[in-house]
Amino acid sequence: MTYIPITPPEREAMLKTIGVSKVEDLFQDVPAKYRFPKLNLPAALTEMEAAAELGELAAANETVRDLVSFLGAGAYNHYIPAAVDHILRRGEFYTAYTPYQPEVSQGTLQAIFEYQSLLCALTGMEVANASHYDGATAVAESVNMAFAVFRGKRTKVVISPAVHPQYRATLRTYVQGMGLTLAGDAPETVTSDEVTAASIEPLIDENTALVIVQYPDFFGRIYDYTALIEAAHAKGALVCVAANPIALGLLKTPGEMGADIVVGEGQPLGIPLSFGGPYLGFFTTRKQYVHKMAGRLVGETVDNRGQRAYVLTLTAREQHIKRERATSNICTNQGLMALASAVYLSLLGKTGLRQVAELCYHKAHYAAEQITKIPGFTYCFDTPFFHEFAICCPRPVAEINAHLLEHGILGGYDLGQDYPALKDHLLIAVTEMNTKEEIDALVDVLSEVSHD
Amino acid sequence: MTDVSTPLNATPKVVEPTLFELSSPGRVGVTFPDPDVPRANLPDSLLRADLPLPELAEVDVIRHYMHLSRFNYSVDGGFYPLGSCTMKYNPKINEDAARLPGFAFTHPLQPVETVQGNLVLMHTLQEWLKEISGFAAVSLQPAAGAHGELTGVLMMRAYHHARGDAKRTKMLIPDSAHGTNPASSGMIGLQIVQIPSDSRGNVDLAALRAACDDTVVGLMLTNPNTLGLFDEHVEEVVKIVHDCGGLVYGDGANLNALLGIVRPGDLGFDVMHFNLHKTFSTPHGGGGPGSGPVGAAAHLAEFLPSPLVGVIEEGDGETPPLYGFIEPKHTIGRVKSFHGHFGMLVRAFTYIAMHGPDGLRQVAENAVLNANYLLARLRHTYHVPYDRICMHEFVAEGKVEGSDVRALDISKRLMDYDFHPPTNYFPLIVHEALMIEPTETESKQTLDAFAEALIKIAEEAKTQPDLLHSAPHKTPFGRMDEVKAARDLVLCCWIP
Repeated sequence: MTYIPITPPEREAMLKTIGVSKVEDLFQDVPAKYRFPKLNLPAALTEMEAAAELGELAAANETVRDLVSFLGAGAYNHYIPAAVDHILRRGEFYTAYTPYQPEVSQGTLQAIFEYQSLLCALTGMEVANASHYDGATAVAESVNMAFAVFRGKRTKVVISPAVHPQYRATLRTYVQGMGLTLAGDAPETVTSDEVTAASIEPLIDENTALVIVQYPDFFGRIYDYTALIEAAHAKGALVCVAANPIALGLLKTPGEMGADIVVGEGQPLGIPLSFGGPYLGFFTTRKQYVHKMAGRLVGETVDNRGQRAYVLTLTAREQHIKRERATSNICTNQGLMALASAVYLSLLGKTGLRQVAELCYHKAHYAAEQITKIPGFTYCFDTPFFHEFAICCPRPVAEINAHLLEHGILGGYDLGQDYPALKDHLLIAVTEMNTKEEIDALVDVLSEVSHD
Repeated sequence: MTDVSTPLNATPKVVEPTLFELSSPGRVGVTFPDPDVPRANLPDSLLRADLPLPELAEVDVIRHYMHLSRFNYSVDGGFYPLGSCTMKYNPKINEDAARLPGFAFTHPLQPVETVQGNLVLMHTLQEWLKEISGFAAVSLQPAAGAHGELTGVLMMRAYHHARGDAKRTKMLIPDSAHGTNPASSGMIGLQIVQIPSDSRGNVDLAALRAACDDTVVGLMLTNPNTLGLFDEHVEEVVKIVHDCGGLVYGDGANLNALLGIVRPGDLGFDVMHFNLHKTFSTPHGGGGPGSGPVGAAAHLAEFLPSPLVGVIEEGDGETPPLYGFIEPKHTIGRVKSFHGHFGMLVRAFTYIAMHGPDGLRQVAENAVLNANYLLARLRHTYHVPYDRICMHEFVAEGKVEGSDVRALDISKRLMDYDFHPPTNYFPLIVHEALMIEPTETESKQTLDAFAEALIKIAEEAKTQPDLLHSAPHKTPFGRMDEVKAARDLVLCCWIP
């Protein structure tokens, strides 16, 4: 086999050293009746054949490069500078393990330390951990943290129905068995003219551990959450803001608004769409909560030669030390994806990220303006938005999207799937990847729909 | 203890500046076109005042990360016998496959008609994992091993609840288990009951029997266990748990030893996670991403997380079936966004396709052969407390008679011989544990060189113990002041 270097004569010599006559003798502890099952799998392919088969499967898809895409809803088509993947393909990074031996892992450790620093700078927070699986699980972990901060004595979590439906679904799974109640997770309350930042405020009480909102929210709307956060703090609750990191290139930070936890989906930061993963959950908080935070954390120190260096620190919070009393069970995280986002942020830097955020903003607003000029297409909400917006359509979204697809356009997200009152509402995302010509083409095809 | 020869208040030598230190105002690594649409009014009251990110040219960024990469030990660079982590070689074709534009540029919410290639791949992988493990159904959604564990224990809980059996609140966990097992159970509020190991490293049957009653959710069993030993009474263990109405969870961390050797589903396990980043060669990435699909026996299949990939429209002679997403009837729900770590699934698919049934069995056989060979070469130098034929790994004691060196010292000294150390101080039931897992992708020459280094280090431990206490010497960095890191808590080089 290609990846096994032991030759038959070497195997014989090794078996002799071990003191058995054949490899099968090493498996005597396995119950005989189940030993060596015949697996019904296709015969092995050579690399050449596998490459061809994978190529065929990949070619059977239509991609956001083949189509013109206006699909977002939690995963966004952004430009990834070439240098990002060149770094990720360094075997020194991608074939290393978690940096448990710091003397031979300083590359990974410093890269994570810098990632933590970049995320703090971006969110306006004080500490970041080394990552979670994705935005949804980062939100779920914020509940674990808040639960730990209040030592389980506050048992209610308030979540805005305008948080991503899959984040809310993930949270519902995670809290099974935790003995807490979720309030606000009521998509049927979202109608086209209400549910704003303030509408979950009455749900917050003295038993509320955490309030969760999204920024921009699932509908692309941007609110200043300062007042809501103050109201939550007045009841003693913590507030978690799930933020889009590209938007933070332009918008006021949740840190500035007073958030206690800022999490989010890091995919827009240089990570390919890749049909939904692997992505990056980022998690940041205030220094005072660092001992309750889940996940790995890198801190600066010195080695015994007086060199500045980095180590995994406060590991007593984690599962391998604390077992069932750990803040979370997380072990493997998204190390390489965190590296991707750090390379992306360092390449774009102060001006580049702002430029991308502004491009998204301007193009989305141009698209929205043109679309709402078409008879029958109107804004759902009257709130400022970033790069995604909800449009009320004259026909069912499924029909519209099917028609768009015939014209090579990947339409938006059908909000009626998750919000019963938003039937016929389309969520459209526009990024720096969309040209004016593409937007105009979208408008043209939508106009046809309107006339049909 | 760690020798910190420099006073703590001295300025330490900077080996590689941080991105923030390298920054120079006005520099930029990538530019974007000017907008081709009219500029919209920005919402002034919602804008941030400053964006304190570094400013670097592309060459600065590339050199910075190139410099950092040189400070890392990696599988591509050398032998990485980290027990329980299965640091096998990561084939390069996997990386190319996952980056094919047809995969990398598909959006997770595209209409299923436009992503049949992805869905066929996922469905095929589900089927292959079922066949390899002997389970009735597989969900590819969980993101990592611990995430798979959480998924599995939620399914076990849901299964009991669906039968109206809500009094079960205890999870049995052997003392040799990974920390994630109790942590995963703890996350959903279960009470942990620790089960000791017997003198041969198996689950202690008497203790297990005594712990089994009608309050038991189940047992989380790693088999082979973290001593690298296949439980000699595994069928009896499973039966005892089943007899009290409990379920058996399989921690699939050590599945590399079992490919084509035995199927956990056949042994009676009810639910198990796979670590695609261990067994099926997807890279560890310096800490992730992993991928932790979960397999379930028939009676637990309807509790799997949603969605699974299935046929949503049957095909006929002319049209292939249409694949899409389906929701198990009693699903515990979603455990993350979208459909799992698709990029990792492509890599694992590629790996299995290139091995076939015989190749997978050779993987396990050679992993076990390599481990037993190292064990045979080292057992006369280092005491192995549960010394019998092992599976893919074994645990020795990092002690040398007549010397005060510890497992940590031996590990650090191995770095001077250009090897990555084994896992230290785990499992907890072995003092000064050195947990060694060579994997099948290492040659006899590498194994011999590693054994000889460890034998030489045992000599050094007697003759020059200080050489070990102060090791490593030849690496770019020496031992770390971990106390300072935890006390000063400098977690961010950008000060808000």
